[in-house]
Order: sequence, then C-alpha cells, then structure tokens
Amino acid sequence: MTEEKWTWQCDRAIPSDAHLGRRMLDEVLDRLEDLHWSRRDIFAVHLAVDEALVNAISHGNGSDAGKRVQFSCRLSPQKIRVEITDEGPGFDPQALPDPTAPERLDFPGGRGVMLMRAFMSRVEFQDRGNHVVLEKSRSS
Amino acid sequence: MTVVRFRNQKIVEDIYIQELGQELFRLVEADGRQRLLLDFAAVDFLSSAALGKLITLDKKMKAHGGTLKLSNIRPEIYEVFAITKLNRLFDIRKDEADALAAFL
Repeated sequence: MTEEKWTWQCDRAIPSDAHLGRRMLDEVLDRLEDLHWSRRDIFAVHLAVDEALVNAISHGNGSDAGKRVQFSCRLSPQKIRVEITDEGPGFDPQALPDPTAPERLDFPGGRGVMLMRAFMSRVEFQDRGNHVVLEKSRSS
Repeated sequence: MTVVRFRNQKIVEDIYIQELGQELFRLVEADGRQRLLLDFAAVDFLSSAALGKLITLDKKMKAHGGTLKLSNIRPEIYEVFAITKLNRLFDIRKDEADALAAFL
C-alpha cells in the first residue's frame, strides 16, 4: 500500500473541554477551506470529527477536565486523517443499538457513531475502543 | 403559525443548544403555541446534540397537541435527517410557504 504524503499535520493533547475541542476542529476546517475542499466534504469532516470529539470528551473521559484527549490530524492533497484517543474504559462499537430502529427513532441520542460512519470514508475503532481513526478521501 | 428563524449558522455549542431548547420549550409549554415552524435558512451546521433537542421539542409539541414543522434545510443537513431516518419523524418542508400551506 502506498504511504500517503502528508502535507500538513498537527498533534495536540487537550483537556476534556468541548470548547477547546471545537477550536481545534475549526483550525482543521480552515485548512480544508484554504485547500478548496468542497462544502459537502468540509461539512462531512466537521460533523464526523465533532461527533468523535464529543464522544471522547463526554463519554470516554466523562467530561473530566483532568483527563486529556489526544488529537492528531494529517492532511494530504486528497485525504484527511484524524485520530482521537480518550482515557476512558473504551466501548464495543459493534454492540451499539441501531438508532434508526422504530422503537429508538425518538431517542434524543445514540447517533454519533452512525453519522461518523456515514460521512467518512473510513472509521476504525482501535485498542479498547477509546481510539478512533477517521479518514475522508476528497470527493472533488 | 409561529416561525422561529435561527440566527446562528452553527447549532453546535452546548450552551447555545441548551438555551435554544429552553426558549423553544417555553414557546410550547408556557406560551401554548400550537403551530411551530423552525426555519433553518441561516443554519449551515447541526450537531447530533442539536438533533436530540429537536426530537425532545417534537415530543413536547405532540404532547401538547401541537404541530412542529421544519423548513429551508440545506441539502447536507437534510442528508443527516435522511441517514438517521429522522425525516420520518419530522415534517420537513421546502420553505415557509410550503409549511404554511401544510398547516392549513
């Protein structure tokens, strides 16, 4: 498999603070805009990474400011890869209930992983489920 | 018909979603509004947390015998509703005129 040639990267560790997470995400989205990624692709990355960050901060780290979220981003002309790791106990993504089931349709939560999978080219949970890799190949 | 036009382009910040929920719930529970239209023309991003608030609002409306409709949703955001099958839960209309006609 050919190694991707990354042209930009960032690696950060942030406290479990949603506001800080979104500021970091905004930097990444600004990069995509500078590279003229399509509005649709930027929306997809925004949604999926936001969901993953919220999951790491709220579910993984229990919004404990003492726990950190590791965030890394790699950009090539045709691809973005984001990796997010929390300090939580992890979870089994295969065991998540289907949020589109009729009996769950009016539940207020449970859609984050589904949206990540729908909008990214690749979503992979690693280790005990507290590490997620998100990739998006540019569509235009 | 009560029309709510969002001013924030990105319905994502937790505080905003909480305040939004409170204001919308007040319209239903305290003010007794029966027909509510949420206009998303200015919105270019919606998180799943915001979707959750909309679901709760829809339940409140139904519990109070009211009707909720959404309109002017951008294609990318509509895709979120379609993927999650929430387009079956919500009554989504093209624009305000379409929603008004549907309320009648």
